[in-house]
Amino acid sequence: MSINTEVHTTRQWSNPYTAEVLLGIVLFLAYFVTSHGLGASGGVQRFVAWLTDLVSSEHVDRNTYLANYAGGNTNPFNSYIIPMIVGVPLGAFVSAWRSKRLAAVTGRGPNISTRRRWMFALAGGVFMGFGARLARGCTSGLALSGGAVLSVGAWAFMLAFFAGGYALAYLVRKTWN
Amino acid sequence: MTVAMAPFSIDPSTMGGWLIFLLLGVGFGATLEMAGFSYAPNLAAQFYGRDMRVLKTMFSAIVTAMILTFLSSAVGALDFRMVGVATTYLWPGIVGGLIMGAGFVIGGFCPGTSLAAAATGSRDALVYLAGLIIGIFGFGETVTWFEGFYNSSDLGRFTIPEWLGIPTGVVVLIVVVMASGVFLLVERIEHRLGSRAMRTPRRLALGLAGAAAALVLVTLIAQQPGWEDHWEMVAADEQVLLDNHDVQIHPGELLTLIHADAHIVMLDVQQQTSFDAFHIEGVRYEGSDLETLYSDVADLMAEPPGTIYVTVGEDEQLATDAWRLLKGEHIPNVYVLEGGTSGWVDTFGSVADPDPAKYTLDYEHKITEVAEPTAPPAASGGCG
Repeated sequence: MSINTEVHTTRQWSNPYTAEVLLGIVLFLAYFVTSHGLGASGGVQRFVAWLTDLVSSEHVDRNTYLANYAGGNTNPFNSYIIPMIVGVPLGAFVSAWRSKRLAAVTGRGPNISTRRRWMFALAGGVFMGFGARLARGCTSGLALSGGAVLSVGAWAFMLAFFAGGYALAYLVRKTWN
Repeated sequence: MTVAMAPFSIDPSTMGGWLIFLLLGVGFGATLEMAGFSYAPNLAAQFYGRDMRVLKTMFSAIVTAMILTFLSSAVGALDFRMVGVATTYLWPGIVGGLIMGAGFVIGGFCPGTSLAAAATGSRDALVYLAGLIIGIFGFGETVTWFEGFYNSSDLGRFTIPEWLGIPTGVVVLIVVVMASGVFLLVERIEHRLGSRAMRTPRRLALGLAGAAAALVLVTLIAQQPGWEDHWEMVAADEQVLLDNHDVQIHPGELLTLIHADAHIVMLDVQQQTSFDAFHIEGVRYEGSDLETLYSDVADLMAEPPGTIYVTVGEDEQLATDAWRLLKGEHIPNVYVLEGGTSGWVDTFGSVADPDPAKYTLDYEHKITEVAEPTAPPAASGGCG
């Protein structure tokens, strides 16, 4: 069976400890300079609120949750999270490009077709999007940023996150193994 | 004059502010990419024990940022009260975490890493992003059906040191020790189950551990600022009010206030025995060690705007310290009862609730205007 493991073996990433001590420093700088941690899903939320507002601004005004972001004259893009999520792909692209790691591939295990992997990616995204808004933050905004400043909720979330992953890992093992 | 202290209020609607957040995002994306998070199998391998980089990453980034944050707070470079700590909504967070853990192992990314991965060409990340948008849209459309749960178990800005009641430096030490244990454990698991050697060089590990140990030690020794330090930050502006006798109110003025329309909170800091012997009716007893008062600051901040606070002691000494404490936490409209309860007793006798109509007193009015809150209360934050 032809698989793209060559990508796995030829692309070399940094040692996780080195890379993530750097990430820790970025997170600290974010807190130190701006008082905000790092985040991502909130930015996508604002994008979604903006799209919904384009289609029906009345619908947004009636929904108390969405109105927070784009109700009336509220500009959903007036938030620190917007430049931040513009920066994330930019930084990732430059880093991958400089280290020759750009690759138009689909990451998957050896026993799953690309199409099936995409279906799983879509489903995983749906779960993640819903869960992230329920938890009021994603892995970066809540677990990482909140964990570093010792938020009780962030640590409870982190435990639940890994518990959810390990609980389901066996069922979806064909995707990755 | 007040010294400007980190964090600074960076306005994302200005060009400069926008660029600062952009740069932070760039750093975030670049380090995620460096760690290999743009390739989903690297992330999912976590759940099969082959490659534990997700755990290693989360913990090393958390430990690094945590040490630097509380170290700079301990040495007085960062005002931690102004740092946006993710608000704790316990159960929505736990249920959301379970759903996201499932989404992570199914989809192979989290929102941040999918953005980074999509930019490096991962096609599955683009598909995942489409799913993410659908999920977020779905949440916004349905949240009104379960708003009660969504807003339940709101514990506010709640940190582990507050929860456990132990010093922040000790919690930092515990987290570092725990994280080191996790690192040793996952290295062992990887060694057994990993498909390839991904050993961490010993010298790097020792170097990082040594640096962490040194910084934690400083954090422990320097300790987090207490109310005295917060008072020091504002003393230059506020001490003059005490010296000029601008905030010590006559018992007569307090009595008028109690019977007026004003919303007033009297904070009694007498010794327990004195409090039992006599106290003014309607006071809130805060104990005489100021610790209780300090831990009640968040409560007091939640009082409606325009609330007037009066500290009451046996005399003015402890009540003045209580005044300093509240000032240091930026609580507006705080006054001290002149002469304490002894002053009160001298004026009205040992009556907890005298009738104002019976007295004609001559005193200088100190409360001329009621100020609105001047500083934002302790910041809480989250994911935009």
